[in-house]
Amino acid sequence: MTDVLVPPVHVEDHGHEEHHGPTGILKWITTTDHKIIGLSYTVTAVIMLVIGGMFAEIIRAQLATPNGTLVSLAQYNELFTMHGSVMIYLFAGPFAFGALANIIVPIQIGAPDMAFPRLNALSYWLYLTGAITMLSGFFVSGGAANFGWVAYAPLSNSLNTPGSGADLWIGGLLLTGFSAIFTGVNLCATIFYLRAPGMTMFRMPIFTWNMLVTSILILLAFPVLTAGLIMLYADRHFGTHIFSVAGGGVPVLWQHLFWFWGHPEVYILALPFFGMVTEIIAVFSRKPVFGYKGMVFATLSIAALSLGVWAHHMFTTGVVLLPFFSIMSLLIAVPTGIKIFNWIGTMWRGEVWFSTAMLMALGFLVTFLIGGLTGIYLASPPLDFFTHDTYFVVAHFHSVVMALVLAGMAGLYYWGPKITGYLLNERIGKAQFWFLFIGSQVFTFPLYILGLDGMARRMAVYPHQPQWKMLNDLSTLGAVLIGISTVLFVINVVVSWKKYPAGDNPWDGHTLEWFTTSPPPHHNFYRLPQIRSERPTWDHNHPGHPALGHGQHEVHENEVPAS
Amino acid sequence: MWQGFSIGAVIIGALVVALILWAVFRYRRTSDRIPEQSQYHLPLEMLYTVVPILIVFGLFAATLVVENKEVANPKTSVIVNVNAFQWGWKFTYPGTNALVYGQTTEDPVMEIPVNTNVHVNLTSSDVIHGFYVKEFNFSRYALPGVLNQFTLRAQNTGTFFGQCTQLCGLYHSLMWFRVKVVSQSDYAAWIASFNNPAAEAAAKAANKTTSQQTSSIVPSKPAYTNFGVK
Amino acid sequence: MKVEAKILIGLGVFFGLMCLVYWNWSLENAGGVMMFAAMLLCFLPGGYYYWWSRRMKMRPEDDPNATQASGAGVVGAFPGTSIWPFTLGMGAFFVVLALVFGIWFMVPGIGLVAWAMLGGTAEGRRGGKV
Repeated sequence: MTDVLVPPVHVEDHGHEEHHGPTGILKWITTTDHKIIGLSYTVTAVIMLVIGGMFAEIIRAQLATPNGTLVSLAQYNELFTMHGSVMIYLFAGPFAFGALANIIVPIQIGAPDMAFPRLNALSYWLYLTGAITMLSGFFVSGGAANFGWVAYAPLSNSLNTPGSGADLWIGGLLLTGFSAIFTGVNLCATIFYLRAPGMTMFRMPIFTWNMLVTSILILLAFPVLTAGLIMLYADRHFGTHIFSVAGGGVPVLWQHLFWFWGHPEVYILALPFFGMVTEIIAVFSRKPVFGYKGMVFATLSIAALSLGVWAHHMFTTGVVLLPFFSIMSLLIAVPTGIKIFNWIGTMWRGEVWFSTAMLMALGFLVTFLIGGLTGIYLASPPLDFFTHDTYFVVAHFHSVVMALVLAGMAGLYYWGPKITGYLLNERIGKAQFWFLFIGSQVFTFPLYILGLDGMARRMAVYPHQPQWKMLNDLSTLGAVLIGISTVLFVINVVVSWKKYPAGDNPWDGHTLEWFTTSPPPHHNFYRLPQIRSERPTWDHNHPGHPALGHGQHEVHENEVPAS
Repeated sequence: MWQGFSIGAVIIGALVVALILWAVFRYRRTSDRIPEQSQYHLPLEMLYTVVPILIVFGLFAATLVVENKEVANPKTSVIVNVNAFQWGWKFTYPGTNALVYGQTTEDPVMEIPVNTNVHVNLTSSDVIHGFYVKEFNFSRYALPGVLNQFTLRAQNTGTFFGQCTQLCGLYHSLMWFRVKVVSQSDYAAWIASFNNPAAEAAAKAANKTTSQQTSSIVPSKPAYTNFGVK
Repeated sequence: MKVEAKILIGLGVFFGLMCLVYWNWSLENAGGVMMFAAMLLCFLPGGYYYWWSRRMKMRPEDDPNATQASGAGVVGAFPGTSIWPFTLGMGAFFVVLALVFGIWFMVPGIGLVAWAMLGGTAEGRRGGKV
């Protein structure tokens, strides 16, 4: 099979002039190159991770003693609100679909850039200004938002939460919401219109498939959040009574609107990381992705079902249809299980090697399994009635998000060399993995027990039950380990700065992005290989080892095929 | 049902973790050879699609059975109106003069008789609160403008600690209450102790203001240095 | 384009079914309306792609046997550097600050937004820097 290597499909021909663009700060402000925008997203998102992490450490320090006096009750409410808000709205989302997707999706499908480069840049500026807006709540009198990251009405109306901290929170979310919507549009258009010749939909890498489904979810869900926020703002400032009983409104409506966005949101956060892990497991097992079409079907099922489960966050309101949401929530376990079995199938009979990226991906598998199984409990209303708003729920979603953090780190170690051209130090990386993985389990397990023992969430001080302090301290130890792992990551970035050149394909990767240089040139590709399967680079490098159809076995050189 | 779910979860979890660990150790890289590039196996994929669906339907059936028991409305003989407000609880017993009121750590006590169906009317005067007692395996939101109703039947006597589980503002951490389950004769005596003029007047006033109030009640001084003692 | 169309229409059909079941069973309006809207949102591009896919000839990226040469040529317009996204972003920032701190922020806000809209459109028509 010969490659036909052609000059790249390209933008309007501008001859061979050099790229004399602006430099320095002006270059950063005016860039529309998806790789630089994606890098900006990554740096900003990691800063948000550190800020949210610092809030978490303060929370855990406060909970080290039953009547902690480290922070006041008011400050504690601000802390957990902003911890959740920063982590979800400002770190996890933008990292998943703004940072890695921006950089990787175009080069995985052979496109020169995203479909709408200027819109891409606008998304970043909206994200940055949204983050600044939300965090500046700390600098106004009255403090930052303090009504929980979910901002239930009527606690969030102007009577119960006066002050501009809450309005800044709403404003920041409006900006980041539009940022997400524009990114969703961009990703959809890029994937639908800018694939390289031969890259049919069912030859796209699984990461790109997941980003496509994520984009569709973004477009379905985020407008609902934006609408809800505008209604909340109107209630606070324009004298409407959408959510307040006194004027004939319905507080539970806020919960319906919020969670109709909120549940797809957690899948918007999770699907990109699922995609990353799929790619990494395949490459580091030296096998194709097992059950490719099953993976695609599972991703679409997760997305479709996720729009029908929102009220499982509202079981204890007493005003939602319990059986419908219960069966839909339980059903989401099925496609998720298909994915987990496919990941195992990818490793099965492979040659598994443990770079940091692969270790992190395996850590993700185990942690997500635990988090997912505990989610099954919460899908059943009778079990939810006594675990709702206790630390059991907190432990469940922290298990899941720590799994996502592990997957995100895997993505950074795997694709970092492609983006920057330099590898990260593997020894420090492995140390970071162990701190992060063990820290995550030590952090979440005590919280499961605390929740089952009846400790409620969002409490600055807690009654002195005999073993609650000990469990809280154990959880704090886990949080400290996670903090150490983050410090190790930063040290790794600093120590490995420009030290270990990566080359085009350090991991023997399968998909198209490993065919180009590290970092990719302007408009991404000097040459493109022929694309005949979902692993164009693997086919180019290992032409004797194509992916096998069902029932086929490889014929090794010394074997005589049975006649 | 909790045990049923837990057994299932542990079995499935252990199985998957075992598969992962097996795959990782047995198939770890020992050479540079390129492994057999198998990429799908339809019967196996069908198996692990269909079996989880069956498991899910089993879990759902178990859920429905328990849920129908929980939301059933048996005949009740005692009624309590629970009114949550920022930041305390008010328990009134319609038809009697009993009234219990407490803010934050004053820890109001809701007395109910053992082995009796108690009908609870739960509402809130301002923001959303949560009524949660661990030993009852149950919580329900107190929503403003909505009357949530449920039936409690306590099987053991004792005093059980309760908390507000839905963030409701500054003193959310301190909105405590207790539920005291007593024998039926003790309960009758306790109700009778409210049959004096002062209690009657207080009960009348309290029953008038049970319907929605929108003003918040701010405690004068938080007493949070002496909590934790039961 | 057929696969894209099928995905979106499939999702739309699923949401429509869910909407029917949910709205009739629970009589709860917020969820019903939202799912109905989700169904419409999927049918809109899905229907367009379906209609379009029946009228266009196969694109190189849908052809499993395409060679790279078949995709040679101009792919699209990719503006290289542009000040307008930043300007529009700052304008949106000021508009949001106006919601929080006072209506006078709308002056720089709407001003920057309008300027960016005009400048960005003009740049798009002109071709912009590459």
